[in-house]
Amino acid sequence: MSILDKHQYIERNATLLLVCSLLVVTIGGIVEIAPLFYLQNTIEKVDGMRPYSPLELAGRNIYIREGCYVCHSQMIRPFRDEVERYGHYSLAAESMFDHPFQWGSKRTGPDLARVGDKYSNEWHVQHLTEPRDVVPESIMPSYSFLKETPLKVANIKADLTANTDVGVPYTKEDIDNAEADLKAQADPNADTTALLARYPKAKVGDFDGDPSKVTEMDALVAYLQMLGTLVDYSSYNDESGYR
Amino acid sequence: MNYTIETILIGVGVFLAVLGAAFAQDSLFQAHMGVLAITLAIAFILMLRRISFAPAGPQASQSEYFDDVVRYGVIATVFWGVVGFLVGVVVALQLAFPDLNIEPFLNFGRLRPLHTSAVIFAFGGNALIATSFYVVQRTCRARLFGGSLGWFVFWGYQLFIVMAATGYLLGITQGREYAEPEWYVDLWLTIVWVAYLIAFLGTILKRKEPHIYVANWFYLSFIVTIAMLHVVNNLAVPVSFLGVKSYSLFSGVQDALTQWWYGHNAVGFFLTAGFLGMMYYFVPKQAGRPVYSYRLSIIHFWALIFMYIWAGPHHLHYTALPDWAQTLGMVFSVMLWMPSWGGMINGLMTLSGAWDKIRTDPVIRMMIIAIAFYGMSTFEGPMMSIKAVNSLSHYTEWTIGHVHSGALGWVGMITFGAVYYLVPKLWNRDGLYSLRLVNWHFWLSTLGIVIYAAVLWVAGIQQGLMWREYDSQGFLVYSFAESVKAMFPYYVLRAVGGGLYLIGGLVMAYNVYMTIRGYKRNEAPIVGSVPNLQPAE
Amino acid sequence: METYTAMRQFADSWGMVGMGLFFLGVIVFTLRPGGKRQAQEAANIPLKED
Repeated sequence: MSILDKHQYIERNATLLLVCSLLVVTIGGIVEIAPLFYLQNTIEKVDGMRPYSPLELAGRNIYIREGCYVCHSQMIRPFRDEVERYGHYSLAAESMFDHPFQWGSKRTGPDLARVGDKYSNEWHVQHLTEPRDVVPESIMPSYSFLKETPLKVANIKADLTANTDVGVPYTKEDIDNAEADLKAQADPNADTTALLARYPKAKVGDFDGDPSKVTEMDALVAYLQMLGTLVDYSSYNDESGYR
Repeated sequence: MNYTIETILIGVGVFLAVLGAAFAQDSLFQAHMGVLAITLAIAFILMLRRISFAPAGPQASQSEYFDDVVRYGVIATVFWGVVGFLVGVVVALQLAFPDLNIEPFLNFGRLRPLHTSAVIFAFGGNALIATSFYVVQRTCRARLFGGSLGWFVFWGYQLFIVMAATGYLLGITQGREYAEPEWYVDLWLTIVWVAYLIAFLGTILKRKEPHIYVANWFYLSFIVTIAMLHVVNNLAVPVSFLGVKSYSLFSGVQDALTQWWYGHNAVGFFLTAGFLGMMYYFVPKQAGRPVYSYRLSIIHFWALIFMYIWAGPHHLHYTALPDWAQTLGMVFSVMLWMPSWGGMINGLMTLSGAWDKIRTDPVIRMMIIAIAFYGMSTFEGPMMSIKAVNSLSHYTEWTIGHVHSGALGWVGMITFGAVYYLVPKLWNRDGLYSLRLVNWHFWLSTLGIVIYAAVLWVAGIQQGLMWREYDSQGFLVYSFAESVKAMFPYYVLRAVGGGLYLIGGLVMAYNVYMTIRGYKRNEAPIVGSVPNLQPAE
Repeated sequence: METYTAMRQFADSWGMVGMGLFFLGVIVFTLRPGGKRQAQEAANIPLKED
């Protein structure tokens, strides 16, 4: 009975109760989450993934700021209808540079994981300005203020540096050129050779129909237009990604 | 002199907030620090007016319970509840009538986090803090530990709510569901939460009662687990010391699992364990009999905290999360059904031998329907975590309906029951202003929830089926836009359900106000409640 | 891969067994003979006073 008597001890000892409950609740987290950080095959190797360009990153931050994730997912499940509707199912590697992830949990609007290149820049600008002009059934709010708001990023270098701190492989060159890259990507007259060498497949040029200034609309559309366009699926082997 | 140090500290806070605004890296941080400075300045002035230079009077006797903070907590619960329900009705209407979006500050994307945080953290959080302080003092027969620490927890938590809410409207968010506040607000909440843990645990440690009553187990595990979840899920690197933006430490899959490990356990520990603590105290009190089986409640406790923590991955079925983690999440979610129903039976059976109270006491009825909704959502939840079901239900309105049957039905109703129990006790009234109004509240809310949940069930299943419907030629039948259009009548009806619930909340607010003021409504008693004449207390 | 396999195997073998045993232990402790009186005592705490 000596062991059995110890239960009474737990019941009467607040610290022990605290420690036991904490132990019990940590086990689940450790066993479930910890392996994901160790195993290589959580994230399969996929060609084409690269960190976001400064303009895309700024656009992504606007996407987060406006709470787009509340209604739009960025995670295509491997079902026939989803693959037909949205494109190849999402791979873990495609969000490997996403701090934070934006998979979402609700589709009040459609999935956006591969919305890049599906519509023209003009369509996006029009849709964001007055959604029901292009999609009459839409219930999306209007975001016309984005076009009027100049893109103000206090210090894009600091944003890239913070990203390297959490593991995104920006090089020193990327960071040094961040400010120039941010401006060049939305400027139709800029020389973008170096930018495209650093960020292959980045969309360049004026996005919002007003080349005179870089607006939040430019950044958001630049981000939307690259979503899901980086990986080349003709060379991707489905079997290798099975986990 | 009283409150001198507190007042000085708040004054320093005002100064620092002004400095933060002056040297802010970005305009959002500047605006947010402005809000902070104004809030603290108001607090500072209010504190100054309370300072008295007379020598400190005799301290309140240490044997008395510290109930002032509980009174404030109950008022805050009612206030934030009404605010949260109101914002919920607004966002529901925005989905039906998108022209109600007012860009940029009142767009759906910014208001929805405001709604979820207002109901979960402001309404639910205040209810938990207030009731836990009440319950732990009564069941330990000890005054709340830490002197005015309780005040710090209460006001610190309100400051957190104000900062979080104004942040959402300004567009300050981490983009993590139910953990939207940015790094500096998270840090503040951590400090408040540690103070909360100290006050709660300290009271348990100095208790005069040998046993620790099971309600306190649930409260304690809620406080500790939320602390752990909050810290891990909000790990992030700020871009600048004086800027709003931060980047989360994890990315992609790891980030997703961390977030839903947090997200689901916010449900499990904030919205379940904490409120079960409430159930295990207030149901026996209101019914006037001990819990049905104390030993079942202990098994309930261990099984629940043990299994909940695993269930998170069911939010990520068929995503890029490894399969084994999804399966593990599903298995534990299904197993959770058992302890949940054990708890439900324990709560319901507490009334065995006194079932007539459901007919005669609207407050008990409120608590019982809460437990019934707890049972319903803890059956629905495990079912939706089965991968085959989830493939249909995920991303649809069904999930929203499920969440609300739990939130409105369980969390809301058990809180209303506790509020109706507490108000007359805390303000020394011999009863509520009106029991008939409680009855009205009961039926308005119940009807609201039933409409809400049923409508979103149908909506969600229809949505899921429309997305996956093929014609005989093998083409998708519906465009996405058509599925959006089909939701219109459901969105309208959902707003009606939510509206009823909001009206119920307003009825409660009125009833609570009149009770506090000391009025008693002249009304016919509830049928069946009179014959047993109450003995003089 | 090695770490992953090792953790995986531990999680679904000994880890699982350990946790199962812990939980069984809790049940046995709770339902042990002689615990009933104590439980009744504890159950009455809220009703003792106000």
